Amino acid sequence: MARSIIPIGPFHPLQEEPEFFTLVVDGETVVDIDVKIGYNHRGIEKLSEMKTFDQATFVIERICGICSTSHPFAYVNAVEDIFPMEVPERAKFIRTIIAEGERIHSHLLWLGLAGHFLGYNTVFMWAWKLREEILDVMEILSGNRNNYAMFKPGGVRRDIKKEDIPVCLKKIDSIIPTCVMLKKAVIDDPVLHARTKGIGILTKEEAINYCALGPTSRASGVARDLRKNCPYGAYDKIEWNMIVTENGDVFDKAVVRILETFESIKIIKFCLENLPDGEIDTKIKDIPPGEGIGHIEAPRGETFHYVRSDGTNRPARHKVRAPTFMNLPTYKTTVIGASISDATIILAAIDPCYCCTERIGVKDIKGKKIFNGKDLIKLSQEKTLKLKKEFGVI
Amino acid sequence: MVRDEVVKNFKEKFKSDIVEFLDKSYKRVYVEIKPEAITRVARYIFRDLGARFNTASGVDVRYHIEILYHFTIEEINLLISVRVKLQKDKLEIDSIANIIKGANWIEREINEMLGINFKGHPNLQRLLLPDEWPPDVYPLRSDYQEWDKNAIRDRGV
Repeated sequence: MARSIIPIGPFHPLQEEPEFFTLVVDGETVVDIDVKIGYNHRGIEKLSEMKTFDQATFVIERICGICSTSHPFAYVNAVEDIFPMEVPERAKFIRTIIAEGERIHSHLLWLGLAGHFLGYNTVFMWAWKLREEILDVMEILSGNRNNYAMFKPGGVRRDIKKEDIPVCLKKIDSIIPTCVMLKKAVIDDPVLHARTKGIGILTKEEAINYCALGPTSRASGVARDLRKNCPYGAYDKIEWNMIVTENGDVFDKAVVRILETFESIKIIKFCLENLPDGEIDTKIKDIPPGEGIGHIEAPRGETFHYVRSDGTNRPARHKVRAPTFMNLPTYKTTVIGASISDATIILAAIDPCYCCTERIGVKDIKGKKIFNGKDLIKLSQEKTLKLKKEFGVI
Repeated sequence: MVRDEVVKNFKEKFKSDIVEFLDKSYKRVYVEIKPEAITRVARYIFRDLGARFNTASGVDVRYHIEILYHFTIEEINLLISVRVKLQKDKLEIDSIANIIKGANWIEREINEMLGINFKGHPNLQRLLLPDEWPPDVYPLRSDYQEWDKNAIRDRGV
């Protein structure tokens, strides 16, 4: 059969990062893939050099709507790394609470979309309903559902009120039973096993070679988590488990994310119950010349910031490296050899920006046959339906 | 693997390549090396020490351009930043993308942002900048002038 080219992307109003994929397919099998990024390059590194150290926090918070805590967190760590400085305990705990809340809502968002791609719209509804509860908690704590604006070099901007803590704990407790139900529904489903196990495998060697990060690498058996290995914030004072699985397929990536959600709930509850008293901010006067590095574990992997100061009130250089920058190139090994109906979920499994996959369009070289994103999701959902019938579920 | 031992072994192994060694704190080490030694240093840190390549960052410091390669050894919580200084009349360095696949994209990015030629890179094409961007304009250089007079951009007001 003749080879065809599938262009994916580049634009979609929901994406935070437009990308353009070119899949070369032979019949139903993907034989090659090329990625082109840069459609959403806004020059934030350059922009950040024009702002003062305090203003830059707000600029980089807007790099991503879902990771709106990870970037400021890494940035303030980098600024605090320029010269030796102690952040108050209470501020560290508040930072940890916000970061983990973000992880829960990001993982739930991914789970919902992954469910949708596979034709499990109930999972989509349940996961996004749970996410709403977490966003309410974040609104109580910070005043915003997203873009929390809680971080500043030296501490946090807002304190957590004593009377808010029981309300938040109650809300978080209320989502645990539904989370457990969702976990069982996903992990014990035979159809989902057949659909996602052994698909899009990223081996341990390739994960290390491509320097893959976060859940993508932990699903391949690379036991690296910055919260455990290079503790920042209050993570060294909390008991929690790093989730590592061995197979590296789509199923394992989902399992890592689901189990991590439970760990995050544990961390948030511990922090809220044991919030120390005291100041929330060390007042920084000026920042001496020097350079600093901050790296933290965002929901998708390590976010890396490098800040250089020349003694003025603006950063001389600010380098931002988001986790998807390292995770995206792993497509080269995971997608090749898969079928088109699996490509949607493999592309989504790395959690880049799931919305790209909605923009997939298929056409063969002569331009006879054209599928759009909707058709591809339909293709993926039909495969699940077929498997369901084989298993006798419906 | 003990942290001090790793640092000591590294210093001894690359004695002739190291220009400056800065033990900034327990978690951070900055090493300046000669540009021609980058591939063997990167191979040693990545393969033998089992480090993870974080990223590289280029800085234009007016008289020369610096590239910092950041590596994390997670087992001992140590971040090694390997610094290379390139003179402006000779902006080229060996590519490490053949040793570390994860360095492929960042070298392409530095190439278009600062105009550094990575010798031996498998695919040194543009990554982020648009196609209509002129070839010899590098946005992160300190002498960058806005070339597109019609562009509406935030000028830091």
